[in-house]
Amino acid sequence: MAQPFTKLTAIAAPIMRTNVDTDVIISINRMIGNSVRGSLGKWAFGSLRYLPDGSDNPEFILNREPYRAAEILVTGPNFGCGSSREAAVWSLQEMGIRAIIGSGFGDIFFANCFQNGILPVVLDKATIDGLAAEIEASQGAGRLSVDLQEQTVTSPSGARHGFEIDPRRRAGLLEGLDEISLTLRREHEIRAFQASDRAARPWIHFAGQSA
Amino acid sequence: MDKHGRTLLAKIWDQHVIAEVSDDTDLLHVDRHLLHDLGGSRGLIDLKSRNIPVHNPELTFATPDHAISTASGRAGTIKTGQELLAALRTETSGSGIRMFDIDQPGQGIVHVIGPELGLSLPGCLIVCGDSHTCTHGGLGALAFGIGSSELTHVLATQTIIQRRPKTMRVRFDGRLPFGVTAKDLILALIGHVGAAGGTGYAVEYAGSAISNMPVEGRLTICNLSVELGAKMGLIAPDEATFAYIRGRPYAPQGEMWERAVAAWRTLQSDTDAVFDRELSIDVGTIIPQITWGTSPEHVLGVDGRVPDPADVADPARRGAIEIALDYMGLEPGAPIAGTPVDWVFIGSCTNSRLSDLRAAAEVARGRKVAPGVRAWVVPGSETVKRDAVAEGLDKIFTDAGFEWREPGCSMCLAANGETVPPGQRSVSTSNRNFIGRQGPRARTHLASPAMAVAAAVSGAIADVRTMER
Repeated sequence: MAQPFTKLTAIAAPIMRTNVDTDVIISINRMIGNSVRGSLGKWAFGSLRYLPDGSDNPEFILNREPYRAAEILVTGPNFGCGSSREAAVWSLQEMGIRAIIGSGFGDIFFANCFQNGILPVVLDKATIDGLAAEIEASQGAGRLSVDLQEQTVTSPSGARHGFEIDPRRRAGLLEGLDEISLTLRREHEIRAFQASDRAARPWIHFAGQSA
Repeated sequence: MDKHGRTLLAKIWDQHVIAEVSDDTDLLHVDRHLLHDLGGSRGLIDLKSRNIPVHNPELTFATPDHAISTASGRAGTIKTGQELLAALRTETSGSGIRMFDIDQPGQGIVHVIGPELGLSLPGCLIVCGDSHTCTHGGLGALAFGIGSSELTHVLATQTIIQRRPKTMRVRFDGRLPFGVTAKDLILALIGHVGAAGGTGYAVEYAGSAISNMPVEGRLTICNLSVELGAKMGLIAPDEATFAYIRGRPYAPQGEMWERAVAAWRTLQSDTDAVFDRELSIDVGTIIPQITWGTSPEHVLGVDGRVPDPADVADPARRGAIEIALDYMGLEPGAPIAGTPVDWVFIGSCTNSRLSDLRAAAEVARGRKVAPGVRAWVVPGSETVKRDAVAEGLDKIFTDAGFEWREPGCSMCLAANGETVPPGQRSVSTSNRNFIGRQGPRARTHLASPAMAVAAAVSGAIADVRTMER
């Protein structure tokens, strides 16, 4: 279902704060409801991006040129911690973000990225700090490259950094695989598990028969 | 193969493996899938649009909690909240999923009702589209939050694909000092290891302070696992767990109960099990905790002082402290006690169970909420509400000037429009003090129920140890 991800060369914006949580990425009042998809991009990072009167906060990096056109974020530690809200990923995607490079991510946010064709890349903190410094020094003029096939990140000056990624996740992104269809191919295995588990742990499967 | 004994995590995990899908990544059976109003109907609608039926509706349960008003009669439920409630009703009934609706016994915050109804059981794999699903680990369940796409996957297949996490064991040993609660233990741990200290791990809590802790306190401990970065937290089930579960509406009964308990007794880490990381904390050194900043790791003892960025050499850490202090409107180096508060919120999946309300009422009895402070008590479920009323706790709260509300998530995340006004300061028993969490520009301090009442009656952050009887 998700759009495949292979290689991306784009403007990268460093957001180096520690613990940027998913409430900060998308506020609850902007994401509530079943028809919010498509309206979330303008509310990503709302509390950082807009002043209380609703105008753009000129201090915030994604309000500045050339970073307004960023497709990659370089992030501080523990980016995407907190809530499981997938709308955090949707809002970043809707503002054009395709890859996020950081030293560590919230576990659920990290999983949600893959579900939407966004590549989260983990590199050590020193490398991240170096990338951010290089981008800032060129005031965003340089482009960052993320190559999933080769598993490399290339800085504006050409320094290449290899990254690790779960092979299943990698294949899923490269091919834009639909996980539900893949799992449903294992339907006989699921049914077989449930049949034997019903005998082993009947209290799991017959819940509520007395309630 | 294994030279060492097995961890509790490994025992539960292995029991749920349907297939290995890649190195360290398994297709796991989901025993309980809990839906709530914020994301439940969306998943069901997604599935319907793909012409896929719900795989096991009898293992799926729903309740509205996030977006409904907690005012009497649910007055003022926002339009989106009404739509989500209506959609949850339609979609669950269309799929044969049991929904615990408002005003029914069983309705409540999804992480309060799971244990309370006996849906959450030891050794059970539980998922829910909510990060605080780790709460159910307090019963010895393997429970974790998932995103919307994973939620739809679970509805379609009754399975979840997961990479096996690393394991961490945290031992809390010793006797809890006066005024120190489960909430203080876990906040102190988060302060110690940081908000990313548990990322990538399943955390098992053990030690004498855990085995002596009532089950509801264990749920509070596990609830905050995600605030230290761990998607899963768990505690080995014991006699207290079995006694807690026995007789609950969905708990096994009769001969099946005996079989279940026999199986649950094996659910503990072997004495020679090896963890990737181990920590030990002497609870005797912990004092009541309160957060000062915008991450749960920004926490200190109530007798402490707000950090001063000038004392911090590392520029990144210094900058983070400056941003947090600016948002929170606090002076560097000031004592945290005595900081005036505008709001107090007692509730949330962290601290809204009967024992939490009893602890809060104990401090509130015979006292009054300070002038200028608004204080809410939001019970975690319809059953908690009814039990609290039967004990007269509601009367203690209302006599003291607290507002007694209907069950729901309410001001913990303000999804239902119940917000702390901009710039105002709240002491909250919830789980997140993030920027804007309780409303745009709201300032949140996390604490235990007793500490929250101490703040309400003092009109300022106060040390509950000077107030308890």
